[in-house]
Amino acid sequence: MASTAAAQPQLKKTGSTGFLSRLRGGDEVARLITLLFATSVLIVTALLITELWVSSGPSREKFGFSFLTSTTWNPVTDEFGAWPFLYGTIVTSVVALLISVPIGVGAAIYLAELAGGAWSDALTFLVELLASVPSVIYGLLAIFTIVPMMREFIGPALKTVFGSVPLVQDLVAGPVYGVGYLTASIVLAIMIFPYIISVSREALMAVPREQREAALALGATKWESTWQIVVPFARLGIIGSVFLGFARALGETMAVTMVIGNDNNIHASLLSPGNTIPAILASEFNEASGKLHPSALIELGLVLFLLTLILNGLARLLILVTTRKGSARA
Amino acid sequence: MKRIYCAASLVSLLFAGLASAAETINAAGASFPAPIYQKWFEEYKAKTGVAINYQGNGSSAGIKLLTDGTVDFAASDVPMTDDQIKAVKIKPLHFPTVLGAVVLTYNIPGVTADVQLSGPTIADIYLGAITKWNDPRIAADNKGIKLPATDIVVVHRSDGSGTTGIFTDYLAKVSPAWEKKVGRGNSVQWPTGLGGAQNAGVAGLVKQTPGSIGYVELIYAVQNKMGYASVKNAAGKFVKPSFEGVTAAAAGMKEMPEDFRVSIANGPGDKTYPISSFTWMLIPSQISDPAKKKAITGFLTWMLTEGQKDAQALSYAPLPPAVVAKEKKQIALIK
Amino acid sequence: MTFRNAYRKAVNNVMLTLTGVCAVITVSTLFIILAYLVYNGGKSVNLDFFIKLPLGTGETGGGMANAIVGSGEIILFASLIGIPIGFFTGVYLSEWGGQGSVYSFVVRYMNDLLNGVPSIVIGIFAATVLVKPLHHFSAIAGGFALSLMLIPITAKNTEQFLSEVPRALREGSYALGATKWRTIASVVVPAARKGIMTGIILGVARISGESAPLLFTSFNNQVWSNGIQDPVASLPVMIYSHAISPYDDWHRQAWAAGLVLLVLVLIANIAARLILTRGSSPGRG
Repeated sequence: MASTAAAQPQLKKTGSTGFLSRLRGGDEVARLITLLFATSVLIVTALLITELWVSSGPSREKFGFSFLTSTTWNPVTDEFGAWPFLYGTIVTSVVALLISVPIGVGAAIYLAELAGGAWSDALTFLVELLASVPSVIYGLLAIFTIVPMMREFIGPALKTVFGSVPLVQDLVAGPVYGVGYLTASIVLAIMIFPYIISVSREALMAVPREQREAALALGATKWESTWQIVVPFARLGIIGSVFLGFARALGETMAVTMVIGNDNNIHASLLSPGNTIPAILASEFNEASGKLHPSALIELGLVLFLLTLILNGLARLLILVTTRKGSARA
Repeated sequence: MKRIYCAASLVSLLFAGLASAAETINAAGASFPAPIYQKWFEEYKAKTGVAINYQGNGSSAGIKLLTDGTVDFAASDVPMTDDQIKAVKIKPLHFPTVLGAVVLTYNIPGVTADVQLSGPTIADIYLGAITKWNDPRIAADNKGIKLPATDIVVVHRSDGSGTTGIFTDYLAKVSPAWEKKVGRGNSVQWPTGLGGAQNAGVAGLVKQTPGSIGYVELIYAVQNKMGYASVKNAAGKFVKPSFEGVTAAAAGMKEMPEDFRVSIANGPGDKTYPISSFTWMLIPSQISDPAKKKAITGFLTWMLTEGQKDAQALSYAPLPPAVVAKEKKQIALIK
Repeated sequence: MTFRNAYRKAVNNVMLTLTGVCAVITVSTLFIILAYLVYNGGKSVNLDFFIKLPLGTGETGGGMANAIVGSGEIILFASLIGIPIGFFTGVYLSEWGGQGSVYSFVVRYMNDLLNGVPSIVIGIFAATVLVKPLHHFSAIAGGFALSLMLIPITAKNTEQFLSEVPRALREGSYALGATKWRTIASVVVPAARKGIMTGIILGVARISGESAPLLFTSFNNQVWSNGIQDPVASLPVMIYSHAISPYDDWHRQAWAAGLVLLVLVLIANIAARLILTRGSSPGRG
């Protein structure tokens, strides 16, 4: 006890005599060391952005904004445009969301509203494990399951159902290859399930209990209370989960590369092959030579980076807003 | 925590042990000759202990990696251009290794007979002008075979490829429309079709996709028991790709230039398979590491003598003796 | 009115059942994936797979010994770089970077930014700064690329668990006369140990299945790597190259490699979960 008492004033003293003694005490050393590591994160991220910006310089100067809209990608004539890849990336991701969001939100409703505590946690854990399955394994499975299924059943079925419906028929026109936009979308949809479900479930569970009870007390069925009260209450969080899934789908490489078909032309039909930014990077980055080709590829990387940056930012903002609101009222 | 450190140091010791294995040469490039190269490298390793890591990730990648100095040597199915050679710090030398054929492999359900195709027809299929297997122009060359009314799924390469270079060079020679619209090159702007990575990726897609057609080196079709087409040569004869057809193409070559950069596409001769080509290893003319230099020149010498005997079993054609003699002289130029 | 009530009840039942169906679909996906891998790859996970080198194109047999060791090597480098940086960054943000500090706001922001960078872009970056100037594909470059994915996960997680350590614990330590760094080292970090460990395990599991950044950094190798300066094989890249090939025997091996990789990743995830749930009260450390 005596030693503690003695140490106490000493601590105060070192605190007041400034930097040197704090250095001797070890606090300043520890702070500087951790600061150094924290700064390295800063530097490396800044370096990454700088590198993307600088290395894409020749392409940005040559093509300007027309890079984004041009559909030519010709290494022979050194003309490069991002549109087929930008289009493929966005289409596959959006269609993936169209598949994934209804199923994912449905599952999240079940897990948050119907399943009991421990059971819900266990099931959610299993869904979250899906996020840990390596991308290349999704690709491997897709090549041997979804691609043949697409060619034999899904594609022909879609053609029979929608083949003569105006407007929609263009989306299912042309031959069924097996690989293509829709195949990639299905794989992506499965890959983003865990993000949609886990975040939406959190948002639903953050809805205060009274909201549900009030609705039920007014005679609403369970579904009405859930769909008309709880889901709208958690909508920002759910939208946040959609953005998160979107950002994840945009940057997905291997699984998409293996099933997208790698066709640099744009097709209206979802059954047609296409290409995405990550997929073209995976196929061409190792071999791009000269000045413009690597630079154009890096500019594609920069575009992809900016897209995910914006979507991640929106997602985080929305999730933050809802969880704050939820906990404030709970 | 201590246990973790112990485990970590054990693991690193293990890696250190593995790391001190014998000399490894790193090489990359053409996937067209990858099957025979990998066989050669296995045999050479068993014989001399020199391990060569060869990644058949495409001729364009090989040339790029050689230019960056990331690999010890590269391989390509299309000779380097003057500009490409200029871009490399240490001038690379071209060493032809074997000859091979680019074949049109197909997967048409219900068709077991050999399909015959002429150059302009192939060009129109790849231009997207012919879209059905029962197109009259295909049927005209295939009397007696009942081709289905299904869509043709065109498969090409997604990476920059010497196989593509050979194929488009041939198409440009036989089809003015192709030359005008697409042209020749290791990676061209394809008007239609699916892309597969490397020869293996194209063969994989064709094998998996009914109604498809793709171009690969002969051995990839043979190994996977896939059908491949006879192609009409410059003499107007349909020739099934084979060891003999490629050998005939080599024999039709007039003169091997000093730097070995030559194209034999659509060559003369009744038995010539028209889409044949040499394939090259690109070796730096200066190798500073003496151990690597010894390993690489040793391999080249072995490849030009013993190695050539492996060619036929893998459906490649060995080099004509005159070319071998010429190359042996070039080995001495590696400093 | 009764009809309307019956209708509402029917809608209620149908919709609630549908949400259950959605849950079944999504939960069962994992089991389908696992079962399919076991069915196709189970038989091929034999001794040869672990001790033999891959054979040439189209030959039957061989294994993936070099890819297994290569993956281990790359993950080890990634951990050696990524864990300390991530951990100490997390310590800094939690212990010295209060909410008001502009600098820690910037670090936190950049860390989140790094976390969101698509893996393929990380690969491009690592290739331009390490592979091209050094003229070597290497295990180190692969490890560096993966460490860039590990750092933000570790940092974020460490910060979160450290900041959840109760104030009372710190104050108790100060009261005993300990300096700040001693308090952090002997009280705060041990109290959050389980959470931090969990985060690290999850992070390492996450990067171990990455293949996109490795295509341009560690590349691939048919044989044993000559050292850490040389290209090296890895399981994810091998799965990719084998899966797209036409050879049945390569497909067999891709399934086996997929199964091995997935089982390892799942074990790590479940282990992390167990560490966190078993006695996670900070006091017991």
